[in-house]
Amino acid sequence: MVDQAQAVKSSVNQVGLSRADYRGAPSTLCQGCGHNSIANQIISACYELNLLPEKVVKFSGIGCSSKSPTYFLNRSFGFNGLHGRMPSLALGAMFADPTLKGIGISGDGDTASIGIGQFKHMVRRNLPFVYIIENNGVYGLTKGQFSATSEKDLHLKRQGINPYSPIDICMEALASNATFVARSFAGDPKQVKELIKAAFSHNGIAIIDIISPCVTFHNQENSLHSYTWGKEHEIQLHEVSYVPKRDDITVEDFEEGTTREVYLHDGSQIILKKLDKDYDPTDRWQAFRILEAAQKNNWLVTGLIYVNPDQPSMFDTYNLPETPLNRLPADKLRPAREKLDEINDMF
Amino acid sequence: MTQTLVETSTPTHPAGIVNDFCITFSTVNGSGSATANNVLLKALFKMGIPVSGKNIFPSNIQGLPTWYTIRINKDGFLARVERDDIVVAMNPATFTNEMNYLVPGGVLFYSDDIKLPVTREDIIAYPMPVKKITREMEVPANLRDYIANMVYVGVLAQLLGIDLEKIYQALDAHFKGKQKAINSNYTVIEASAKWAAANLVKRDRYSVAPMNGTEGYILADGNTAGALGAIFGGVQFSAWYPITPASSLSESLNEYLPSLRTDAETGKATCAVVQAEDELAAIGMVVGAGWAGLRSMTSTSGPGLSLMTEYLGLAYYSEVPLVVWDVQRVGPSTGLPTRTAQGDITSTYFMSHGDTEFVMLFPGSVSECFEFGWKAFDLAEVLQTPIIVMSDLDFGMNEWMTKKFEYPDTPINRGKILWEDDLDKIMERTKGDWGRYQDLDRDGIPYRTVAGNRRPEAAYLTRGTGHDEKARYSEEPDVWERDLKRLSLKFQTARKIAPKPVIHSMADARVGIIACGSTDPAVEEARAMLASEGLNTDYCRVRSLPLCQEVVDFIAAYDRTYVVEINRDGQLKQILTLEIPHLCTQLHQVSHIDGMPLSARWVKDQILAQEGK
Repeated sequence: MVDQAQAVKSSVNQVGLSRADYRGAPSTLCQGCGHNSIANQIISACYELNLLPEKVVKFSGIGCSSKSPTYFLNRSFGFNGLHGRMPSLALGAMFADPTLKGIGISGDGDTASIGIGQFKHMVRRNLPFVYIIENNGVYGLTKGQFSATSEKDLHLKRQGINPYSPIDICMEALASNATFVARSFAGDPKQVKELIKAAFSHNGIAIIDIISPCVTFHNQENSLHSYTWGKEHEIQLHEVSYVPKRDDITVEDFEEGTTREVYLHDGSQIILKKLDKDYDPTDRWQAFRILEAAQKNNWLVTGLIYVNPDQPSMFDTYNLPETPLNRLPADKLRPAREKLDEINDMF
Repeated sequence: MTQTLVETSTPTHPAGIVNDFCITFSTVNGSGSATANNVLLKALFKMGIPVSGKNIFPSNIQGLPTWYTIRINKDGFLARVERDDIVVAMNPATFTNEMNYLVPGGVLFYSDDIKLPVTREDIIAYPMPVKKITREMEVPANLRDYIANMVYVGVLAQLLGIDLEKIYQALDAHFKGKQKAINSNYTVIEASAKWAAANLVKRDRYSVAPMNGTEGYILADGNTAGALGAIFGGVQFSAWYPITPASSLSESLNEYLPSLRTDAETGKATCAVVQAEDELAAIGMVVGAGWAGLRSMTSTSGPGLSLMTEYLGLAYYSEVPLVVWDVQRVGPSTGLPTRTAQGDITSTYFMSHGDTEFVMLFPGSVSECFEFGWKAFDLAEVLQTPIIVMSDLDFGMNEWMTKKFEYPDTPINRGKILWEDDLDKIMERTKGDWGRYQDLDRDGIPYRTVAGNRRPEAAYLTRGTGHDEKARYSEEPDVWERDLKRLSLKFQTARKIAPKPVIHSMADARVGIIACGSTDPAVEEARAMLASEGLNTDYCRVRSLPLCQEVVDFIAAYDRTYVVEINRDGQLKQILTLEIPHLCTQLHQVSHIDGMPLSARWVKDQILAQEGK
């Protein structure tokens, strides 16, 4: 925080960049769209984490959510792929240089409908990757159809009544052995930012399901994907703070006994300030229970629902060189002539 | 035993046939006959005799009939032939059929526990006491079925004159030096050969003799060759999903990468392989990796390629280099998954929606599978587009006698890729006005940066939506049209640099033949047959699409050119017709699909019929 305070004063962070260096193109989404608020928090998180934009790669699928990588980190490479198939695209690309930080922006249609298969398989592989779902319970870009996370009996203007039960993205992630599962609300920017910061430090897949109201097609006061409902029904499991490695001062800000700390792979910490209940996000069974309770009681439970910082990541299971694969020179890629002679002799 | 022989056959004794016949092994799949067949193939090859082996198998793991045919041909013709000179019958269910397929004077080896009558008098039958021999060898019960096949190896070796020493060497190669496996199999082979020497009187006309016809050749299958080619081509990433007949290509990557592509200094892998959850994901991973600067590939077959189509359209439009191997099988739909075809040519050329075109390579031999294995990456990166290598089951899963793999004769070419220093130079050249999709060299091929480049100006957002030269989103009509025309120009560039056709000529040839891929052996043999019937032909083996001028010139030179292929609709001819409409009346379709590789006789008969002879 001291460093950050200095940074604010001089308007640059520890890598010498201003917040403007993390900006994207102006948003073309609707005014008041929750997605814009999330894009801003990604910018803040990366700025505060002192990430070089050149060391971040952005991905998305198709939909309103998937347009948003244009609206942050102009200096980062990005790939806007196919509907529901951002996970595979990102996975292949991340192998080129595992020193890069990957972030994917998807939506509820992109992840929970067409993309549920790729989503769950990316989760089970535990690729180090920040996976944000901007979840508004509706198809915006095609003008207001039901999505897989729309609540049952929801009434939409041209669609009638939704006859199906919704998919809970956090529950799906948890069931597929996700190692970092969080839920947040676009109307709670501080929490969104802290969760994104923690997610970037997690050595594995980090799922953040962010309820992000669609102001145009689905912001009915009684619907769980609206600002009003979110504000009224949000139950924070804890107050989330991300503390970078060796930043002792911040830790002292928290009263002993009222916090729970989770150490991440890179030495940073997530500090969870207890609210009315003591929630242990390292207990997978408790995570399932809270999600079940939220469904039953109509709560919007937010915070870090589950984390397992010790599970090896996908890259840990591959014997990759320190030099990124995409920088290996040609002589490292073609075996010597004698090797082919040996093969010819073998056959 | 000898009594049985006298009762079941009254053979004639024409002149002996040496090194020119076919043996078909009829077994039940899952019975372990592959080892026996493979060992025989290898042993014959090691005797210097040209051979090919074809496995005709069901889409099933255990219990259904399966056939393996070895063709032995001193002249080196290795296409499928539609006759059986010798049958080894181990499966009672197909025994009678097998017997009926034999040519007059043919030979039937059969397991003597098949209690069916030998009803033909114009063949020679040798029963083999398979159970008796394996019992005497005290083979463990669980291995008895597998080892039983070694009985016919021994009996055939004795009666046809296959060198036991070569069989031992073949076993050694097959079991990669594992002494216990070699010995237990070899003991049975030796005992069976001894039994045959003592109990069978040779009365058929077939035999083999050592010759010098395999110098400079190896025995390999196309999937292994393709994988090895990719490894020597510097593959860095592969994602795949199991599908017959392509699986063994990716499995070969897994087999050979550790020994060939572990960095000697660091002990680290220089290529990563991921088994994806489906083909949709496999191609997504490959597009991601190719985009980020890795030599990236997948292998699949028709149904998988259908699933990959949308991503390949994106890769075409956003200009991502990658390589896809399509090891073709019979379609539409699930079709005949264990049979060979060239049925994906048209659909692949125009894959995906909108205006697309794909560069396709057609290896015409197993060694060419190796060659295109590495060459495809150079082409993909030079052209910044997907390259589809069109193999098929016949190449992919059968062992072929093929020329030794040749070490790549050109260095790895990464195309117009810009790392930090390269980008600085381009920035200087363009006075800071570089854009990802600018056609600076007027060849349709732009310069690309990849993720990890540390220059702030290197980054851009790749998208399947309309984009301008600077990769910015655009719906401007003229921007869209300009971009699509540039892609088309790039395709014209491909015509000049993709592999040229191989043209074989004869004196006074009156007609042309065009073919691609695995029909080559049948076409070459058919040309020899046609020549002996007075019809000399010139032959152009197409090795890539889009067409190059050499193919157009070839077609223009003859009144009639026959296009030979394994599909119903004449797909290569369809594309030729579209590309050179002014010559299309000179093209004649010779295509056929029943799941089997073409035979030379069929090709010859079709051409003669169309020639009105």
